Amino acid sequence: MSNQREQADMFLKQMESFANEMKKAIGLPIIPEPKSGAQLWYDQREITLKFLISVEKIKKFFHEGLAQGKLLATRCKKCGRIFFPPQVDCPYCKTSDMEWIELPKEGELVTYTIITTRPYSFGHYPDYTVGVVKLKNGVQVTAWIRETDPKKLRVGMPVKLEIVKREPEGYLTYEFVPVEEE
Amino acid sequence: MTRNVAIVGTGHSKFGNRYDVNIAELAWEAIKQALEEAGVEQKDVEFVSFSNVGGWSSEGLASVVTLEYAGLTGAELYRVEAACASGSAAIKAAHDAIASGQADIAMAIGVEKMNESPTPTVIEFIGRAGNFFWEFQNFGLTFPGYYALYATRYLAEYGATEEDLCRVAVKNHYYASVNPKAQFQMPITVEKCMKSRYIAWPLKLFDCSPITDGAAAVVLASEEMAKKLTDSPVWIESIGVSSGTSNLSRRDDFLHLEAGTIAANRAYKKAGLSRDDIVRHVDVAEVHDCFTIAEILAYEDLGFAKRGEGYQLIRNEETYKGGKIPVNLSGGLKAKGHPLGATGISMAVDLTRQLQGRVEKERQADIKVGRALAHNIGGTGHYAYVTLYSLSKPRR
Repeated sequence: MSNQREQADMFLKQMESFANEMKKAIGLPIIPEPKSGAQLWYDQREITLKFLISVEKIKKFFHEGLAQGKLLATRCKKCGRIFFPPQVDCPYCKTSDMEWIELPKEGELVTYTIITTRPYSFGHYPDYTVGVVKLKNGVQVTAWIRETDPKKLRVGMPVKLEIVKREPEGYLTYEFVPVEEE
Repeated sequence: MTRNVAIVGTGHSKFGNRYDVNIAELAWEAIKQALEEAGVEQKDVEFVSFSNVGGWSSEGLASVVTLEYAGLTGAELYRVEAACASGSAAIKAAHDAIASGQADIAMAIGVEKMNESPTPTVIEFIGRAGNFFWEFQNFGLTFPGYYALYATRYLAEYGATEEDLCRVAVKNHYYASVNPKAQFQMPITVEKCMKSRYIAWPLKLFDCSPITDGAAAVVLASEEMAKKLTDSPVWIESIGVSSGTSNLSRRDDFLHLEAGTIAANRAYKKAGLSRDDIVRHVDVAEVHDCFTIAEILAYEDLGFAKRGEGYQLIRNEETYKGGKIPVNLSGGLKAKGHPLGATGISMAVDLTRQLQGRVEKERQADIKVGRALAHNIGGTGHYAYVTLYSLSKPRR
């Protein structure tokens, strides 16, 4: 069975080849919707959405954090608040006097879900588990949990942070792995 | 000094897969009804707040496209966005325009054409409705996934079961089956729901609202204007609004939606009501049941049940017609359908008709105190709107 992204691509390809035949036959990309038979115009324009997102101010998170095997957060030097995801401004003190700190790796699973029906751009992965983990210092982090069997997951279970390479894209990110319990 | 605002006209399209119409034609179905009910002409409408989330549909400015089609061009126009609560935000904006004396007649129009894109694309767009960079980019959360995080924690904490979640679906499918405007027209059973496949564990297919095309519209008027237009106005008694963090990792717990709780408290305070006995002061409610767990959270956030006891309301069938507090007699988002931009306005339309005693007999609530409640959440508690509608004119 092909993955969900391929299925979605295939669906549109079928509609497109149908529309192309209609263009040849009647000069119009109009096709009947499979269930209702209602006439649909097959869009003749297409765009790719790909964003260029600034990480200039939080570049340490990547170069001194993930690339060095660490998950970093920021802390306001004035009030001591820890920010994860990292912010370079403390809105409460209205200061930008922040320091980078490494987050602890140990935590417990607060909640989780196993995603089986996936977004288009995640359609090429097998089912994945997303969880929220409370780290030892109380900071909560959302990430994948490396376990997709609901019987082996439970609220409150201990987990450990790992910096991993996400494949097939091949970029550094972070995820949690269940810790063997005594 | 603010002025009273009344709903004087309502319109609602058939919800579902509407491949038979484009976005403006779909919106017109609701606009035409609302104008005719109110007995006003397009030229009388001074202000329009237009609710459309979009992304999945082709018209980037569906607002101006629709107003042109509907002969409303020239009205003061805003498009509002509050994710799945956009419709309630549009009502708030139109309400405020009248309450502040800037307009005497205004419309809130909501429309969504979600089926213009393939399902995985729609899932992608809604999945991005949280924090794109930190929670979607790497981890691919979906809308069912966000609410599943709440469901997992809720079930673990309070001992509610997946069957309890399905009981919400069964109720809402039943009422949808007697609402001709609803997307789903077939009742379901707990067994059928329990056998459906997982979408985002522990939420299954029948725990989830569908992808829907639909439109709804209301005409609002000032007190003076309402008196001229209708003998049976429905008043907007109060509106409470709040917001929540984009990152779910920054939520305190996964047992309630703080924004929904605050919005409810603000709405109750403005109306002089207490959350402790709110069920005695409301005849019927429409709550945001994009997923079954969301309806149970809403019971608790609104004060219909104590924390941790919401699931018992549905287990004991207290939210059916004739129960302690009837909820989602329209079929709710779950089974009437959830065209994001139209949803909040659809709630207003249905509750107006409930208060006026003119919905289908099988789903008509007993109207005793003359007050209805709409609870509309944007995203996963990212936005929250609680609106009270009343047959009695509010005292200012």
